[in-house]
Amino acid sequence: MKKMFVLTLSLAALGLLVSPWLILRAPQESTMGLVQKIFYYHVPTAMVDFLTIYLCGIASVAFLVKRSPRADALAVASAELAVVFGACTLWTGSMWARKAWGVWWTWDVRLTTFALCEMVFIGYLLVRSYGGPGSRGLAAALALFGCADVPLIYVSVSIWRTMHPQTTVVPNLVKPMAVPFWVAVFTMLMLYLALLLARLLHERNRTRVDELYVAAAEAGLEE
Amino acid sequence: MFDHVTVEGVTKVYGRQRALGGVSLRLEAGRLCALLGPNGAGKSTLLGILSTLLRPTGGEVRFGSVQHRQAGRTLRGAIGLVAHESFLYGDLTGRENLRFFERLYGGGGRAQTLLSRVGLDEAADRPVRTYSRGMQQRLALARALCGQPRLLLLDEPFTGLDSSGVAALRTLLAELRDGGVILMLVTHDLAAAAELANHVVVLRRGKVAFDHAQSAPFARLDEVYAAHA
Amino acid sequence: MLRLVGLVLWKDLVVEWRTREIVSTMLFFAVIVMLIFSFAFLSEGRASGDAVAGILWTAIAFSGTLGLSRAADRERDGDALRALLLSPAPRAALYLGKTAGIVIFMLATELVVAALSTVLFGAALSAHAAELSGLLLLGTIGYAAIGGLFSLMLGRARSRDVLLAVVLYPIIVPVIIAGSKGTSSLLESIPDLAAARYWIKFLAVFDIVFVTLALWAFEPLIVERG
Repeated sequence: MKKMFVLTLSLAALGLLVSPWLILRAPQESTMGLVQKIFYYHVPTAMVDFLTIYLCGIASVAFLVKRSPRADALAVASAELAVVFGACTLWTGSMWARKAWGVWWTWDVRLTTFALCEMVFIGYLLVRSYGGPGSRGLAAALALFGCADVPLIYVSVSIWRTMHPQTTVVPNLVKPMAVPFWVAVFTMLMLYLALLLARLLHERNRTRVDELYVAAAEAGLEE
Repeated sequence: MFDHVTVEGVTKVYGRQRALGGVSLRLEAGRLCALLGPNGAGKSTLLGILSTLLRPTGGEVRFGSVQHRQAGRTLRGAIGLVAHESFLYGDLTGRENLRFFERLYGGGGRAQTLLSRVGLDEAADRPVRTYSRGMQQRLALARALCGQPRLLLLDEPFTGLDSSGVAALRTLLAELRDGGVILMLVTHDLAAAAELANHVVVLRRGKVAFDHAQSAPFARLDEVYAAHA
Repeated sequence: MLRLVGLVLWKDLVVEWRTREIVSTMLFFAVIVMLIFSFAFLSEGRASGDAVAGILWTAIAFSGTLGLSRAADRERDGDALRALLLSPAPRAALYLGKTAGIVIFMLATELVVAALSTVLFGAALSAHAAELSGLLLLGTIGYAAIGGLFSLMLGRARSRDVLLAVVLYPIIVPVIIAGSKGTSSLLESIPDLAAARYWIKFLAVFDIVFVTLALWAFEPLIVERG
């Protein structure tokens, strides 16, 4: 796990050095101009946010079925990162909206869905902090229900209103734009994995410390 | 169903706290096991594990041939628990509480017998909210007997009982013991448990410090407790 | 199974009939929420259909949380929930019984609240009673299915009433959107029945998804809340 952490962290660092340069060199988009370049970070963070949300959901189901502490560690790590990447997505999206639509916020379907996902996972962290005994299970239920809820939120809000640019943009990117975009996606993914691994390593160390405390008490070292 | 319960090397860890550190013992039908120990010795945790509501971190519990982790509805129905809390609905009467739990256990028709058995005939149709602590304790015991348990677990059942209540509970427990029920009694009231328990286990810091069963009930428990706790 | 669901439900109804605590407090709270919102949204004594529908569903969502907390507290006093879990009854039956009770308490409240909004706002809610009942019934089932699970799970956490709102509201957003949009489409000058029926179907899908998930998750969640 440690090796993977070092590897992903170095790749992420490399990507963070290279991708701004690539993005700068990519051709200006005709209608949006410079503002369009937010897209190179905005879309990858949103993709990683979705990845981590569903990873959290799957880990939560695994925790509910097997009660394995490792599944729980994975769930809490992904939930924390869901809040971080969700905040990045909302922030970059908001900057885009200010320039493109003239407002910081609109009740567009994707914005609203992301905002609600963000609320679900902030709720997840609140439950874990203040829920007392049993909060791990409750948080797992929240993650599971949250994942099931995403499509329903999406459908209900989209009928309510929509104005976000279509996602068909990505497959139709011209090559000079596609390269920096996919480099940015890769960078975000590596950054995400590095953070996830760091969190998992932290959790593993904590479990070890707990076990050592128990062993010390067992050996009569602690009064 | 089952006539013995075996506990083998059971541990329970909460984060950095080790509540149980390898407890092994065997409970048998016709024995009333007094589980003694100072506060924080792990008595309630052990009781929780035996009630199937807590999972052990390690080790094995077997109810006859049924393992703890296979615990299902049939096994749950064969275990009764009297805990610190009353497990009762304050806005229902004593009789309604018993009828409700009886039906939950798939039975019916024994509410009156149980009420008489714990001496609550007169108060049966009053809301439980109006009961004294001792009366609630009696009803809690009647509730635990609703499913005709094979294993009956009692956590400080003498609390709040007056002297006649203690005497009545002792008689009832002796009847159950001689009737072949497996009993485990957690108590600090050593006098009330004397002449009743024919098996004594002392827990200290999550481990068994003393474990002895004999055919006749122990006459005194305070000496055993003083020597091992 | 059904007999046990009925038993748990009957117990909750008897207790409520004696105390009338949950329905009366929920109702009071729902009415006060409606009054507060009408001060904020009403102009010249009449409200738009959108505002009435929004006020109605906000009142339902807020008062529902109150009812959920109290219904769970009844199992917490004396730790009766633990006694239920110790019994051989299937856990799914306990969950369904508790949830059915909450649905009934909420529907009783909604009946009064809906009647009151026709009086207070002159909303023509009775014109399409069948569609409105469909929205209220399905919306309430979805709300109670999730709320019942969460409120029972919160156990003895100190801040459980706040946490219930924290976990419940983000998840039930689709119910509130569907309920209020469906209701407001009934209140337009030319009622849009097709839209209302669409939202009824949407709520039915929501209910199926979440009742199934909750039934699956209840047992692993509730056992060993440690």
